[in-house]
Amino acid sequence: MTLKSFGSVLFFLVVLAALAFLPFYAGEYVVTLMIGMTGYVVLATAWALFSGPTRYISLATVAFFGIGAYTVSVLSETLPYVLVLLAAALVGLVVALVVGLATLRLAGVYFVIFSFGLAELVRQLVTWYEVNITGTLGRYIFLPVTSDGIYWQLLALAAATLLFSWAIGRSRLGLALKVIGDDEVVASHCGINIAGVKLALFSVSAVIITLVGAIQAPRWTYIEPSMVFNPTTSFLTLIMALLGGVDRLWGPLLGAIPLFLLFEWLSANFPNHYPIILGLIFIAIVFVLPNGVLAAAERIFSKRRGVTVPAANQGGAL
Amino acid sequence: MTEILTLSGISKRFGGLTAVSDLTFSLKAGEVVGLLGPNGSGKTTVMNMISGFFAPSQGTIALKGEAIQGLPSHRIAPKGVARTFQLVRALPSLTVAQNVETALAFGRHKLWGRIARERALHHLEEVGLAGRAEERACDITYIDQKRMELARALATEPDLLLLDEWLAGLNPTELQTGISLIRSLERQGMTILLVEHVMDAIRALCSRCVVMNAGRKIADGATDEVLRDPDVVRAYLGDDHA
Ligand SMILES: Nc1ncnc2c1ncn2[C@@H]1O[C@H](COP(=O)(O)OP(=O)(O)OP(=O)(O)O)[C@@H](O)[C@H]1O
Ligand SMILES: [Mg+2]
Repeated sequence: MTLKSFGSVLFFLVVLAALAFLPFYAGEYVVTLMIGMTGYVVLATAWALFSGPTRYISLATVAFFGIGAYTVSVLSETLPYVLVLLAAALVGLVVALVVGLATLRLAGVYFVIFSFGLAELVRQLVTWYEVNITGTLGRYIFLPVTSDGIYWQLLALAAATLLFSWAIGRSRLGLALKVIGDDEVVASHCGINIAGVKLALFSVSAVIITLVGAIQAPRWTYIEPSMVFNPTTSFLTLIMALLGGVDRLWGPLLGAIPLFLLFEWLSANFPNHYPIILGLIFIAIVFVLPNGVLAAAERIFSKRRGVTVPAANQGGAL
Repeated sequence: MTEILTLSGISKRFGGLTAVSDLTFSLKAGEVVGLLGPNGSGKTTVMNMISGFFAPSQGTIALKGEAIQGLPSHRIAPKGVARTFQLVRALPSLTVAQNVETALAFGRHKLWGRIARERALHHLEEVGLAGRAEERACDITYIDQKRMELARALATEPDLLLLDEWLAGLNPTELQTGISLIRSLERQGMTILLVEHVMDAIRALCSRCVVMNAGRKIADGATDEVLRDPDVVRAYLGDDHA
């Protein structure tokens, strides 16, 4: 380990520790805010894990998020908490494998539409089941999990996701992703199973997203499909990841934090115009910073020093 | 000598166009064979079917006795088939060395890390790219990209190497170097199928040639005989010259 990377690891750990101690000196409001923010940091990072290298734009985020939350609501009374989380992850994994096998053949806009449709389909299925079979629409979640507990779990998940994303960047899988991004024909002639790689990434990303939904579920006490399958979650995740830049380890995180705070402020102060403002911000980001703020910052920075920045690569930052 | 590759009754149709039609030939282990034919006669399509880029519409392909027709490239490559492309396919965002390491990482032996690095450098030296490892693949010349592509193919230590006009575009000195490189591969025991338009190279390298015209095989035999064959001459030069 070089001195520089040792420093980075130390910094990462210190920040993580400081964040973990937050509930001891900050108030309830800050913890609630941090739960939302950490949740979106994980969502955006997990989203970019799959969509960054493959360029598949997924709007299925909320499908998995909602599956996580619903699994918890169904199982919370029958299983110990750890097993509930495991079950949620498993359900997310199975759905991801089935959906992935069926759809990763779709290219470009077809995948976007399908992924959006999937989220709606899952919501409709859950609604139909609850209304016709269970006979109620919403469900109560009584779990002895405090908001501090939720925050810590999300923080651990965030750290694990970032670590995982970093590790991929320097593994054979990371190389496979770069090769696929460059030229799928060469990738496959070198022995890379492209469909397999995409499916693996999609599944990992989906499981992490499912866990975010599962961990956050106890926060609400009462959930119903329109809450946990709200498509805005998918759009926000996507905008955050795009704003920060999907090709860099820290990109999604750096996009998620400011946007989350901005949206909190907007929804508190302009509740009626919130969706319109959201749309405008989305358009602005895609047009002004198509590669994300990190890439733009590096470009400006390197212009000043007169060097050219090599094309994006994941995981170089830690 | 045993047969390493056998194509039997291979056809490929693209919509209404039949690019390859009922083609049958085989390669013996260690042979260097030329696949010739005028432009558009279906040579690249044959390469593509062997390497798994396309599935044949009809017919069978056997590699060392095992049917491989219709398998995807990533399943055929580890069985010992490597190729270069008529239009070079570099991996532009990677360095020259990484281009070669890719073949090692996912090839037969799944080599990674320092060993892969050493092997990659060795193959780069073999094709005349010593000391160029850290350059970006998109920055080097077209000819150097061709060399790099060959190094990438050789890194997998293939039993069967498919070269699609790899010698095209080389100047006379480079051509001589290229020819001796392919000869050295032949001495190592590699079986090579090469599509080529450079007649000097074909005469120098190939003991045998298969000639195609409009998707069909029109000749198959020793190189001098095949090149004198009236059908072949007619296919290349038109009816007047036969
Ligand atoms: N992917 C494809 N889709 C449709 N038609 C194709 C495709 N690939 C090749 N063809 C057609 O098949 C025929 C044979 O093409 P091929 O590239 O195999 O010829 P070739 O012998 O390699 O020619 P050249 O010497 O110019 O490289 C051509 O008519 C070509 O247009
Ligand atoms: Mg060709």
